[in-house]
Amino acid sequence: MDIHEYQAKEILANFGVHSPPGALAYSPEQAAYRARELGGERWVVKAQVHAGGRGKAGGVKVCDSDAEIQATCESLFGRKLVTHQTGPEGKGIYRVYVEAAVPIEREIYLGFVLDRTSQRVMIVASAEGGMEIEEISANRPDSIVRATVEPAVGLQDFQCRQIAFKLGMDPALTAPMVRTLQGCYRAFREHDATMVEINPLVVTGDNRILALDAKMTFDDNALFRHPQISELRDKSQEDPRESRAADRGLSYVGLEGNIGCIVNGAGLAMATMDTIKLAGGEPANFLDIGGGATPERVAKAFRLVMSDDNVQAVLVNIFAGINRCDWVAEGVVQALKEVKVDVPVVVRLAGTNVEEGQKILAKSGLPIIRATTLIEAAQRAVGAWQNDLSQGSNMRAVQ
Amino acid sequence: MSIFIDRGTPVIVQGITGKMARFHTADMIAYGTNVVGGVVPGKGGQTVEGVPVFDTVEDAVAATGAEASLVFVPPPFAADSIMEAADAGIKYCVCITDGIPAQDMIRVKRYMYRYPKDRRMVLTGPNCAGTISPGKALLGIMPGHIYLPGHVGIIGRSGTLGYEAAAQLKEHGIGISTSVGIGGDPINGSSFKDILEHFEADDETHVICMIGEIGGPQEAEAAAYIRDHVTKPVVAYVAGLTAPKGRTMGHAGAIISAFGESASEKVEILTAAGVTVAPHPAEIGDTIAKVMQKEAA
Repeated sequence: MDIHEYQAKEILANFGVHSPPGALAYSPEQAAYRARELGGERWVVKAQVHAGGRGKAGGVKVCDSDAEIQATCESLFGRKLVTHQTGPEGKGIYRVYVEAAVPIEREIYLGFVLDRTSQRVMIVASAEGGMEIEEISANRPDSIVRATVEPAVGLQDFQCRQIAFKLGMDPALTAPMVRTLQGCYRAFREHDATMVEINPLVVTGDNRILALDAKMTFDDNALFRHPQISELRDKSQEDPRESRAADRGLSYVGLEGNIGCIVNGAGLAMATMDTIKLAGGEPANFLDIGGGATPERVAKAFRLVMSDDNVQAVLVNIFAGINRCDWVAEGVVQALKEVKVDVPVVVRLAGTNVEEGQKILAKSGLPIIRATTLIEAAQRAVGAWQNDLSQGSNMRAVQ
Repeated sequence: MSIFIDRGTPVIVQGITGKMARFHTADMIAYGTNVVGGVVPGKGGQTVEGVPVFDTVEDAVAATGAEASLVFVPPPFAADSIMEAADAGIKYCVCITDGIPAQDMIRVKRYMYRYPKDRRMVLTGPNCAGTISPGKALLGIMPGHIYLPGHVGIIGRSGTLGYEAAAQLKEHGIGISTSVGIGGDPINGSSFKDILEHFEADDETHVICMIGEIGGPQEAEAAAYIRDHVTKPVVAYVAGLTAPKGRTMGHAGAIISAFGESASEKVEILTAAGVTVAPHPAEIGDTIAKVMQKEAA
């Protein structure tokens, strides 16, 4: 789960990681008022969206007056910000953060991630702050400093000092840098984060270390023990279909194609998408309905897939183990009676009691296209979609 | 002999009183697995599916001589249960539980390193379907009837995609020595490389099949290991050619976040290491059949 910059800064502040003074606003007037409250002569207005690359996309602006803050906010609120991380649809701006501008001496990149190779928490830092880490690793890989944290004893001060010296920091800043790194690590560990990124971490003209930006991502599997983090969830930043799926215990990712997929198991779901592509089609979604393909889950899955207007055919691929095919088939039949599905449906069942499952589908009287193998299922789904398209009989395609 | 579990290996089920665990315990016993007990704190003395329940893994091992364990404990407590198994001298543990926090798994792995390698428990999973040595023993939740006994060793992240591969092999009349699920989580007990080591040393395994997916460095690490240390033919398939970058595809670990983590990059790396890669998932069985014919010729 992602949170906003201002929320990450609040969390980090509790661990001794400082940021410039700032305040949140929900309207242009409020933003101007909050800037006056903060005082000073120069402020930075920052769109709060769950994505990096906001600066380049025009979501961060330096302002010198009330009027400029108001005008900037008017151009931001309600707009969709499109950055290299949001996808073409962008993310809505409903809050801005107003921060006192600070004089910057130097910028550092600082990231804490779960490193899958060492299977430990890894610190990644670079003296080339301000650039995205992808850019840094492409252009200045030699500038990257890394350290892994031994989980039994945690991050050690000497590791923090090593990082500070490798980054060429003023020795007078070693102690505050150690505090900053330790603070980030503790925030990461205590809240079950999977990522903390401060880009840039800056040294100010008066020799202070401040987080100018902050991003935190949390482990969804650990939210059960962090209700205060769950509260920070902002559904306005999520794809509505994906949120709805997540709320119903289904794992869904919307894609660009037009063949909807309903599959049990994440690996098989990806394999099914790959096979559709091989057969000449494009998958409309990833959808894993999980191990137990109950009739209710199958019906939910159909509703979700059909809520995508691009879907012009549906492929159901269930490998039934413990949940037998006859039971899954009954679920599909029941779902098709409940949910209006006006596109061709291909069902491929495999595993336990497959013959009985096929019989139930055949007897149902529903126009279900059956398939026995994965490739056959994908070819029939793509074929049915193309056939409908050429005959103009696909209600959705002609609309 | 097969790897990890064999006919007669004494098995306990941690969390045996849960609905899922009961169901699968009965299924494993029906398959012929030697289930000797279960563990649920506070429920020692009860009997489930005809086997005794103990309060601690230590008690269960002392009373039954259990060597393998299947963890069905809910996510908040699963990491603790795995460490309890490691401490009690269990040799092989499969964790089925899906949804264990990543930092809990980091602690589990660190904890296991306190034992010297020859006494260290092997953990596969979490978030996997389990391990089966067809005709001998089943330690997991997979449908046993889709696996024929034979000489192909399977290692896979995904449960149902592993079933798909086993079913395709059955169509060809090809059997399996052992199929090991390593699970879909970012921090897992054993990697592809760890299991490859066991299959390379196993006389019963003649061909190895690796079923990978997007995300993480473990397929690339396996490729390097295969190039340098594996003499048996390896066939692979990598799911997720159509998966977009930066999105989690169901499995917590299935996200492309760095170079070498996309399906096409993994295919390239594996091919360069001499692995025969099945071009698409419907051809896993055919590809293995062809490799086996070539070996026989």
